[in-house]
Amino acid sequence: MAKKKLKDLKVNFNTSWEYAPAPESKDHVKINDRYDLFINGKFTAPQSGKYFDTINPATEKKIAEIADASAEDVNMAVVAARKAYDNVWSKLPAKERGKYIYRIARIIQERAREFAVIESMDGGKPIRESRDVDVPLAAAHFFYYAGWADKLDYAAPGKKVRPLGVAGQIIPWNFPLLMAAWKIAPAIAAGNTVVLKPAETTSLTALKLAEVIRDSGLPDGVVNIVTGAGVTGAAIVNHPDINKIAFTGSTEVGKIIQRSIAGTNKKYTLELGGKAANIIFEDAAIDQAVEGIVNGIFFNQGHVCCAGSRLFVQESIAETVIRKLKDRMETLIVGDPLDKNTDIGAINSKDQLNKIKQYIKIGMNEGGTCYQSSCAIPTKGYFHRPTLFTNVSQSSRVVQEEIFGPVLAVQTFRTVEEVIEKANNIPYGLSGGVWTDKGSKIFKVTSQLRAGVVWANTYNKFDPTSPFGGYKESGVGREGGLHGVMPYVKIEN
Amino acid sequence: MDTAKTQTKKEAIMNGSGENGHASGKKQSRIDVLKTYKIYIDGKFPRTESGRYYILKAADGRQLGNICQSSRKDFREAVVAARKAQPGWSAKTAYNKGQILYRIAEVLEGRKSQFIDELMQQGIDNVAATEEVNLSIDRLVHYAGWSDKFIQVFSSVNPVESSHFNFSIPEPTGVVSVIGSEKTGLIGLISVIAPAIVGGNTVVVLASESKPLCAISLAEVLQTSDVPAGVVNLLTGNAKELNGHFSSHMDVNAIAYCNADEEQLKTIQINAANNVKRVLDYSKHDWMNAESQSPYFIMDFQEIKTTWHPIGQ
Repeated sequence: MAKKKLKDLKVNFNTSWEYAPAPESKDHVKINDRYDLFINGKFTAPQSGKYFDTINPATEKKIAEIADASAEDVNMAVVAARKAYDNVWSKLPAKERGKYIYRIARIIQERAREFAVIESMDGGKPIRESRDVDVPLAAAHFFYYAGWADKLDYAAPGKKVRPLGVAGQIIPWNFPLLMAAWKIAPAIAAGNTVVLKPAETTSLTALKLAEVIRDSGLPDGVVNIVTGAGVTGAAIVNHPDINKIAFTGSTEVGKIIQRSIAGTNKKYTLELGGKAANIIFEDAAIDQAVEGIVNGIFFNQGHVCCAGSRLFVQESIAETVIRKLKDRMETLIVGDPLDKNTDIGAINSKDQLNKIKQYIKIGMNEGGTCYQSSCAIPTKGYFHRPTLFTNVSQSSRVVQEEIFGPVLAVQTFRTVEEVIEKANNIPYGLSGGVWTDKGSKIFKVTSQLRAGVVWANTYNKFDPTSPFGGYKESGVGREGGLHGVMPYVKIEN
Repeated sequence: MDTAKTQTKKEAIMNGSGENGHASGKKQSRIDVLKTYKIYIDGKFPRTESGRYYILKAADGRQLGNICQSSRKDFREAVVAARKAQPGWSAKTAYNKGQILYRIAEVLEGRKSQFIDELMQQGIDNVAATEEVNLSIDRLVHYAGWSDKFIQVFSSVNPVESSHFNFSIPEPTGVVSVIGSEKTGLIGLISVIAPAIVGGNTVVVLASESKPLCAISLAEVLQTSDVPAGVVNLLTGNAKELNGHFSSHMDVNAIAYCNADEEQLKTIQINAANNVKRVLDYSKHDWMNAESQSPYFIMDFQEIKTTWHPIGQ
């Protein structure tokens, strides 16, 4: 009896300890009512005259209107990029290229808080994350690749590298500024020029970045930013004068792109979906592992392609881990993205929220047991409680498919071999996690996981020097680090 | 290479293939034993399951053999074998893989005359055939040496800002299908197979339709060089018929295309998207060129894996 009581003991968080609101100020942030396309160094109205609204997913209120670029606008951007490549950027000494990129990094740092606030307003992510992760990493990315510009002779031993020309880049809505940095920095450092399209729900920080780029004095046309939805993206992918496509987004769209550019000479990198296994062994530091699980799946509302969305717990500790995990989930604060206490912000869009809800239904219909924290969520805006599923199997759709939300599927295992088999038995291969205090076990698992990034006793860490990208259907090519230079160059003798 | 010997063999083959009882000598000429050319799947030498064949003819119209016209099913069986062999092959030490590649070179060197002879039967002159075989052997030695070096050259330890040890290493992409070079009988095969397998991949290769003889003989070399069953699988047949299957199979991770047909390449690129296969377009490579070997060909069939671990107490 005494034992059972001890086991049932848990911290009671339901006390008078409450967090007073701690909202980040948005007074200093300048947002225009309307944003045009950034083509050839100037903000240019779309030829169609069409604009679409960008809304704050936490309030459902319109923030600004954004130009909807047509194929003609994309063509203008490509023409500007080609001209800048031929006449200016490919002729500039490499060290001067680098210096422009350093300037961009510095200006982002100077305006960091503004970027963080806008990122949270436009995309719904907690200000703590945009302030401490997205924006500093974006600046660091420019800083890192700036230095590569005049060191490319060291990138490919025994060979020379040359730029490819004009790169068309399409980025997702989960890390809007950071993804823009991941794409633009290595491309222009290697001597290419760029036409970039942000996701339609999160264009604002890319357009703010356009201001930074203009203010940095970067030659006109080296970076062009066109906004819009799928039609704009397709115009980039299919433009005959683009030499390289870099895409981050869903595997479904990645495959469409791979098919679309068949028969052309376009090079491509694809950074696609994932369904990472986060594996907890019985000899792991359990409390740290629980923090890692929470960070793995609830970071950025689970809108992370490398999210640890499949939890594998060794059978002997499953009960303890799940109990601790549920307790920890109870403490997560879901709410105003601009509040510094918020752990989980707003789901990026209504569509995405509906998709997540749909998957919850699917999981329950398949016989899964659904658990959600009991926290209050705002009545206005798109919010979703942290959720986990137990009693799921390898074939469950919530185990096999990428949900891209705060939904964790929990499975158990007995042996190392079993968990490796289960972890790899999926079309994706972007990332994975392993938690154990035994070093030899770490290397056994990390070396056998078919995934491009593996975190051992940690999760969801990113760095500009660290290559990122997937195996199998999670994509082709790497971004970040030395390996992230290679997709933007051709290797010559 | 002993030219005279080649000539003699060539004549012998001609004798065997038709003009029986060449009457000039006193001795009755010997009837040659002709070879049945097979395919190579999982370390075994079956004929195609389909029973189909095509007749290979020399430039002068002589019939050289009934070559297997491999089917989709042969390909699928070869992929099963390649998938089964891949983890074990990949897990072999770099030193061991290097020695096995070197062993292929040794065995090939010992059977050089046979390969030159086969190339000549398929219309290559003696000088060019000798050069191609020599280059093939040297290329194997080149890649054998990369086995325990390319990982060093293309790995990195990444100085991340947080307190973590972080490193990136290449790992094999997995199972690779290859539509081999139509133009060359041997060097085209070696130039793609060697970098793919030295990096821990397993391969299913379609040989040149017009020059298939060396592929089958190469399979015999591989089988006697400690290359485990299933690591290299060699099929003969028609590229136009098979490229759709080679590129659409969901358990193939990468495909290399070595010919100039743009329509075939486009088909491959479209099908590859089914499972985001890596597509290597080798249509423009002249494999006889000394520049057509480098560790970058190994890297074409590698994935970079990055591993993080905290540094702390």
